[in-house]
Amino acid sequence: MRHIPVEPPAFFHRGPSPFARLAFFGLLSIVLLFADTRYRYLESVRQAVAIVLYPLQRAVQMPGEALSYVATYFSSQRTLAEDNAALKRQLVAEASAVQGYPLLQQENARLAGLLDLRSRYGAAATAVEVLYTSRDPFAQKVFVDKGTDTGILPGQAVIDADGVVGQVTRVYPMMAEVTLLTDKDHAVPVRVLRSGVRSVLFGSGAGRLPELRFTAPNADIEIGDVLVTSGIDGTYPPGLAVAKVETLERDTGQVFARIAARPIAGADRSRHLLVLAQAVSLPPQPDEPAGIDAVKRGKGKSRRGG
Amino acid sequence: MAMRKVPPLTPARPEEILLAVRPWFIPLTLFVAFLGNLLPASGSGQVLRPDFVALVLLYWCLHEPRYVGVGSAWMIGLLMDVGDATQFGQHALAYAVLAFGADFFRRRVLRFSLWQQAAQVALLLMLCAGIVLVIRVVGGAPLPRWTYVVPSLVGALLWPLVSVMLQWPQRPPLSPAER
Repeated sequence: MRHIPVEPPAFFHRGPSPFARLAFFGLLSIVLLFADTRYRYLESVRQAVAIVLYPLQRAVQMPGEALSYVATYFSSQRTLAEDNAALKRQLVAEASAVQGYPLLQQENARLAGLLDLRSRYGAAATAVEVLYTSRDPFAQKVFVDKGTDTGILPGQAVIDADGVVGQVTRVYPMMAEVTLLTDKDHAVPVRVLRSGVRSVLFGSGAGRLPELRFTAPNADIEIGDVLVTSGIDGTYPPGLAVAKVETLERDTGQVFARIAARPIAGADRSRHLLVLAQAVSLPPQPDEPAGIDAVKRGKGKSRRGG
Repeated sequence: MAMRKVPPLTPARPEEILLAVRPWFIPLTLFVAFLGNLLPASGSGQVLRPDFVALVLLYWCLHEPRYVGVGSAWMIGLLMDVGDATQFGQHALAYAVLAFGADFFRRRVLRFSLWQQAAQVALLLMLCAGIVLVIRVVGGAPLPRWTYVVPSLVGALLWPLVSVMLQWPQRPPLSPAER
């Protein structure tokens, strides 16, 4: 009688079944998802992998950069002349405002000195270039070509020539991730330039305009109003243009008005951006008197936005 | 010895016996697909761009299950998570499920012609995108617009091309009678 082996020959060994593998790696993924979103344990791993990926990302950029370089090189004399003329006209148009500026600045410095205010900004800024936009359709993020090597820190404001673009949210050694105004998790404290009404502009995700939430229906806001940063969060310096009110619905049945505003900066178009160093130092929060402390313990402590 | 004549860039005929895949060719194609995913895009490019890594991964999971499976798909997903700055584990889970789905339907999918395969590939790619969607929506993201399914469909349309291209190095040289 021939002996029949109990074990199948080694040829058929393929390790655990695909389902067992899926269960193992699926669980591992879910653990990772929790560890990353809840506790941010894995930032150093991400940084390390990002360093390895960086040369690849730059390499992939190159053909496009070369193309645009060639296109610029061959842009006709006429376009350049037209651009030059337009820029000169713009320069003259803005000359009066610019000439008045040093005087105003001087006056402002004197007044501020009188009032003993700390100087608000005028701090260093870093010019950066957009490398690429995130492929993630759920978030509105771009990556720029400078990171910790030039002293960029998370939380710094990012602007372009027209206004606020967003905020640095994650910094890699040679790259930084900028969350745009339109991202769903992004909020900017703003002020209506015309009337001074304060509010907060919340992003609503791709393809939707950011909204001014929690604004009373009778607030003094009109279509076309320009929103500028109010500076009360300590992140954005005050007075930067943010958005223009585009739609406005006042429904007396609702507690708040529905206001949508279109970002003024080309949040998803501009290539060259400026990262502003944080120079706004808010005074430390005053200590609450000891007696009130016990009463207020149940309520939220911090009232500062940001 | 007869000179090696390269076969045309067409789907392999059923009677052809494919050569063994070169082991370095699989990582190389996955690497190229990864670069494709890192390409900068804006506007309509961003809406249309398929997930090249998922597509190539799916091809190898279907054709070479002994080299590429759930585990390697998971690792590539982790790399993709860093490249896209998404949460760790999101692409990893999606690609692992994709690899499992490929293994599950492998014997069925490969019986069909390339265009019929593409229809099934579309479903698998949508499954992959659906997992990402669920993870993000549970995490608090808003529902995306309908264009969210477009990359999966574009990926399925590219399937015949990708299949022919990835299979080409494995096709045997033509015999003298066929030249």
